Amino acid sequence: MERLSRRRFLKISAATFGAATAAAHLPDALRAAAAQGEKGVRTVATFCEMCFWRCGGIAHVRDGKLWKFEGNPKDPQSRGRLCPRGTGAVGAYYARDRLQKPLVRVGARGKEQWKAVTWDEALGYVAERMQKIKAEHGAEAIAMFNHGIGVRMLQHVLKSYGCTNFAGPSFAQCRGPRDVGFRLTFGEDVGSPERTDIENARCLVLIGSHLGENMHNTQVQEFSDAVGAGATVIVVDPRFSVAASKAKYWLPIRPGTDLALLLAWMHVIVTEKLYDADYVAQHGYGFEQFAAYVQAFTPEWAYPETGIEPELIRATAREMAQHRPATLIHPGRHVNWYGDDAQRSRGIALLNALMGSWGRKGGFFTPASMDVPDYPYPAYPKPARPKLDNPDKKYPFAHEALTTGIREATLSGKPYPIKGWFVYATNLLHALPNEAETIEAIRKLDLLVVVDVIPSEIAGWADVVLPESTYLERHDELNVEFFKHPFVSIRQPVIESPHDQKPNWWIARELAVRLGLERYYPWKHIEEYLENRVTGAGLDFAQLKKQGVIRGARQPVFFDEGVPAEFPTPSGKIEFYSTQLQEHGFDPIPRYTPPDPGPAGSFRLLYGRAPMHSFSRTQTNPLLADLMRENVVWLNAVAARRLGLKHGDWVRLRNQDGVLSNRVQVKATERIRPDCVYLVHGFGHTAKGLRRALGRGASDAGLITRYKVDPLMGGTAMSVNFVTLEPADAPQEA
Amino acid sequence: MSRYGMVIDTHRCVGCMDCVVACKTENHVPEGYCRDWITEVTRGEFPTLRMEIRTERCNHCDNPPCVHCCPTGASHVHERGGVVLVTKEECIGCKACLAACPYDARFVHPEGYVDKCTFCIHRVEQGLLPACVSVCPTHCMHFGDLDDPLSEVSRLLASRAHHALLPEAGTKPCIYYLT
Amino acid sequence: MIETTIHRQNPMIDPAFHAWGWEIPVYLFLGGLVAGLMILSGYHIIRALWDKDRAHGHYVTAPILSLALLTVGMGALFLDLEHKLYVWRLYLTFEVTSPMSWGSWILLLVYPALAASALLTLPQTFPKLARRLPFCSRCAGALHDCPRVVQAIGFANMLLGVMLGIYTGILLSTLSARPLWNSALLGPLFLFSGLSTGAATIHLLAHVRRPDSGSDDFSDAVLSALVNWLRPPAPGHVGTQKLEHADNSFLTVELLLLGLFIVGLLSSTEVHQRAVELILTGPYAAAFWVLVVGCGIVLPLTLQFLQAQHRIRSTVVPALLVIGGSLALRIVIVAAGQASAWTVASH
Ligand SMILES: Nc1nc2c(c(=O)[nH]1)N[C@H]1C(S)=C(S)[C@@H](COP(=O)(O)OP(=O)(O)OC[C@H]3O[C@@H](n4cnc5c(=O)[nH]c(N)nc54)[C@H](O)[C@@H]3O)O[C@H]1N2
Ligand SMILES: Nc1nc2c(c(=O)[nH]1)N[C@H]1C(S)=C(S)[C@@H](COP(=O)(O)OP(=O)(O)OC[C@H]3O[C@@H](n4cnc5c(=O)[nH]c(N)nc54)[C@H](O)[C@@H]3O)O[C@H]1N2
Ligand code: SF4
Ligand code: SF4
Ligand code: SF4
Ligand code: SF4
Ligand code: SF4
Ligand SMILES: [Mo]
Repeated sequence: MERLSRRRFLKISAATFGAATAAAHLPDALRAAAAQGEKGVRTVATFCEMCFWRCGGIAHVRDGKLWKFEGNPKDPQSRGRLCPRGTGAVGAYYARDRLQKPLVRVGARGKEQWKAVTWDEALGYVAERMQKIKAEHGAEAIAMFNHGIGVRMLQHVLKSYGCTNFAGPSFAQCRGPRDVGFRLTFGEDVGSPERTDIENARCLVLIGSHLGENMHNTQVQEFSDAVGAGATVIVVDPRFSVAASKAKYWLPIRPGTDLALLLAWMHVIVTEKLYDADYVAQHGYGFEQFAAYVQAFTPEWAYPETGIEPELIRATAREMAQHRPATLIHPGRHVNWYGDDAQRSRGIALLNALMGSWGRKGGFFTPASMDVPDYPYPAYPKPARPKLDNPDKKYPFAHEALTTGIREATLSGKPYPIKGWFVYATNLLHALPNEAETIEAIRKLDLLVVVDVIPSEIAGWADVVLPESTYLERHDELNVEFFKHPFVSIRQPVIESPHDQKPNWWIARELAVRLGLERYYPWKHIEEYLENRVTGAGLDFAQLKKQGVIRGARQPVFFDEGVPAEFPTPSGKIEFYSTQLQEHGFDPIPRYTPPDPGPAGSFRLLYGRAPMHSFSRTQTNPLLADLMRENVVWLNAVAARRLGLKHGDWVRLRNQDGVLSNRVQVKATERIRPDCVYLVHGFGHTAKGLRRALGRGASDAGLITRYKVDPLMGGTAMSVNFVTLEPADAPQEA
Repeated sequence: MSRYGMVIDTHRCVGCMDCVVACKTENHVPEGYCRDWITEVTRGEFPTLRMEIRTERCNHCDNPPCVHCCPTGASHVHERGGVVLVTKEECIGCKACLAACPYDARFVHPEGYVDKCTFCIHRVEQGLLPACVSVCPTHCMHFGDLDDPLSEVSRLLASRAHHALLPEAGTKPCIYYLT
Repeated sequence: MIETTIHRQNPMIDPAFHAWGWEIPVYLFLGGLVAGLMILSGYHIIRALWDKDRAHGHYVTAPILSLALLTVGMGALFLDLEHKLYVWRLYLTFEVTSPMSWGSWILLLVYPALAASALLTLPQTFPKLARRLPFCSRCAGALHDCPRVVQAIGFANMLLGVMLGIYTGILLSTLSARPLWNSALLGPLFLFSGLSTGAATIHLLAHVRRPDSGSDDFSDAVLSALVNWLRPPAPGHVGTQKLEHADNSFLTVELLLLGLFIVGLLSSTEVHQRAVELILTGPYAAAFWVLVVGCGIVLPLTLQFLQAQHRIRSTVVPALLVIGGSLALRIVIVAAGQASAWTVASH
């Protein structure tokens, strides 16, 4: 097996232009392993890409077979322990549904009919189409959607080509509103990994953030440390989440009314003078207007909106104040809920400001990083036209590109046409709201290239599908992290790819060669690139390869450790009152607007994470699928009884626009409010190649046909869809 | 004598199932099977709820009915730490032990013999922790000698409220849950 | 409200425990039947020693039939094993605490005992065959010449029959994790059920091998019996009447034990109450009340009572009902027992 695949690998490489032999691309250990039947256990340190947290781990290969992946104790993010998805990473290597060869479409778009071709043919085809688009519409007419660390390699070739439109779902569909809300308030982002000092918090407030189901590793570890240390946990969630089960207070809020709760909390804290007066006086700007503004929002006012008893609002506000400044109101991460998300996030930022937690232990630290120089590439050509995702700064506070903006431009052809999409490691049909719009946009394209590891839904629409090696089989860009402890970590191959898959850097470089962009590639193998950067930082490359991680010296991360209390806002202070917002015609202090009620008799569709799955990418992983084969629809037990539904019954969900979901089982439970239902995101796959996952569970994305756009920054709020439940037949096999 | 056991802090456990995946990769548990699993027990009515999340597996009972009923001696108590094991070459697959275990901790391996948690005795004998314990991101699992009053597990049991599963079944389980 | 979610999907275990299909009930049924036959034929072997005037003719086929049925039962057990090639492991050890181990060794003793009694009765059962096997006939003759040996064979059959019969119940009742089986009465219950089934079978055989059928050949007898099986036996046939009496008393005891079994569980812990509810009112209630109690015990009891009073024609229908009921009893107890669990109440 080992031999065979390597021989094929060699043949293909020999056939491709300009490539050094494959064997030379493999690290020594791998090469030795491939050469003879490997015996015993060897380990390789690398970092995880099952999500974007990038935990360091150590992969074990036993008798030549990938065995297990464990946390790297030297790594400050994993702290020696991975989350279930990281532990299950080896399943991605073994998944039988993997993409194996480059594919070129033969049938109609979306029909998932391809022929397998060589890399040379596939990349030749892509290069030719790109040249044509460039000639007719300019290089800017090729846009890229991307996610994860691998994007840097592909962005490099496209930037060298003159492209300028790049966007990931991590902004407009994820943390964008939060980063904007915090920027407007403190002048800085929360970042990823978040700069939250959960482990030292004495009081932790989670608004939706469902840590424990959201498995961002360090946060979960710190969360359980905080629970173990007896910190007070307050959870605001319409659902009794895992985190709620650890909480002293669970506030089962009416969905979409969090800003009312925040205002009431701030009312209590301000009127009862429970805030950090010195901190506010020293760092705050516009506090008087703010204090006057919140007078109106009594807990009694908030009660009918939120459904939270006034006394409970008061008790929790006082509890927060009691522990300040080690009171952390978590900023959340996926915050695209109702359309007022940046303002709600600003509300969270302001509550933190009242607690004085920004820059303080148990609150927010100031991340530190190591100084690693960029690779000295030649300068990119200047794009002929500006980015088009946010024309005329329609969303004035968007500081990253908007995926949905590129989609809109592709549809309208304005301000200029988009004719080619590169999609790298993002399943747009599950990630962007309103699938139909994405498909419409795809129909306008001359070229859709998808780089993926499995035949995902988006790959199903591609003209060319390029199979990437999974992250345990490849090198990648260096991880220079901003974190509590500065460090650099490396990704390196543990095992050879089982079929004809290639790493992103190889794909990018080969494409560059075909586009005549060799001069942007002074290196032939990514190890040269990595070594250049690492040694440029004065670090030992061999040591990094051996350990996987090099930690820098601990730097001050809190104000009282010597971090200057600087707030890069217009006023240089924490903006309780935002003149920027006022200038752009927005509320300078967040204003609450009640959420739209849904059609009578329907339930608001909420969604979130399950600890063992990442979005729509892990359902074909045999190890992780074993833990949760399909999602269920959470329905309040009383509501279920009213509908005549029992736990375990099969239903389909129909949304307000008539879209019908795949069948899914009912979880009739006390753990959710009666006005909403809940799905774990990522299920209900429709791509035929995902045999293990096909048709299992219901897709939240499929039901999210409506979305509200955040006027400040263009984020797409998705919790604005409503569903009814219809009985369905049980599947045959069950 | 040593008596291996686990003490699991239900306050810290988030039910992420990392312990389950780790067991699967460490022990090559076949697809579709697991040696450990998560149980969530929710009590109360909306909105006054309590939930206990537990990671469960064979309790390596002190009075193991699965061993008593085994006609071949395949199910046995290991000399080290009282761990309950199955010798696959002695098991005929009669499933009496499956029926005898009140925790449903055993299963028939696709190859025909009965399989279950071994407390990762192969790791423990090398001085390592069981795989599930060693990966748990919340550090909620503790493994050690219940007979040694100075061990971490004994000290936890001495200092915190705890319960075991189905004590009324009379099996004397060796896994405890801190509450 | 208690909501329990177990995130486990092991085959045979989830969503409900079900490790044993038809094989084990069939094995237990045939084991019980053979146990009943052994006791009855053992008794008659001994009795025939001094009560030479009485006809014991319809018992003579029992040992041979038992051998065949037991082998079928063992076959079913073997089919149930998941690791079949390792079955010999049973006989490398004796596990004192394991009823299964006891059972496998008992079965090892049952075979020679049955073989001996089969040999003893061979000339009577299959005269033609016996003539072709002069050695066997000679042995049988020699055995008959030693009444003490015959007596020993009879006692051995009775004793092993009792052990086998009780074992089929004890096997389940020691699996304490399944509360429905948590009753020491399962042993006696299965024993008496085996006895009633044994009596019913011999009753059936009496029809099959009616002395007037005129055939020496077993298979011929079966064929002719199939044609005539609903015909009443010769009036006043003392043997079959006795059998009906015996069967009725076994059935009465069985009914009593079944009642006690239920009352015992009902008066035990909540877990046991829930368990017994499975057969009283739960998913297995229909099968239990209709097949086991109604058709398997009460109806044949009534019919045989009426037959004994000569109020109705004597047929083999009650015997067939008893046999069917006894199989149903094993199926229901094995299936419902697996569905019963300690976890039900305690979560
Ligand atoms: N296992 C796993 N972990 C992950 C990921 C993954 O795919 N898998 N993805 C990672 C990424 S990129 C992200 S962005 C994060 C997302 O994780 P979070 O930021 O924690 O996710 P949210 O979408 O904010 O939260 C979902 C929760 O919000 C609740 N909720 C819904 N509506 C409302 C509301 O109106 N008000 C309030 N207060 N709560 C509400 C839901 O019931 C649910 O518990 O997870 C990260 N961690
Ligand atoms: N309806 C709905 N939409 C959402 C969310 C939601 O909860 N519900 N969550 C939002 C959030 S917070 C985020 S961050 C985004 C996430 O959105 P995405 O990052 O797009 O997440 P996935 O759906 O997992 O799609 C990732 C794709 O990358 C592929 N992939 C995985 N690993 C590799 C690799 O190593 N190389 C390559 N080339 N491809 C790889 C996977 O097979 C999959 O097709 O979605 C957002 N959109
Ligand atoms: S949080 Fe989990 S999936 Fe994400 S990088 Fe870390 S170990 Fe991997
Ligand atoms: S790994 Fe730890 S936290 Fe996760 S489910 Fe298992 S015991 Fe609980
Ligand atoms: S938990 Fe079950 S399998 Fe484990 S020792 Fe106890 S009875 Fe035996
Ligand atoms: S299945 Fe195997 S281990 Fe279990 S009782 Fe039978 S022989 Fe023993
Ligand atoms: S101790 Fe070992 S065998 Fe047992 S559940 Fe944990 S990992 Fe699996
Ligand atoms: Mo995200």
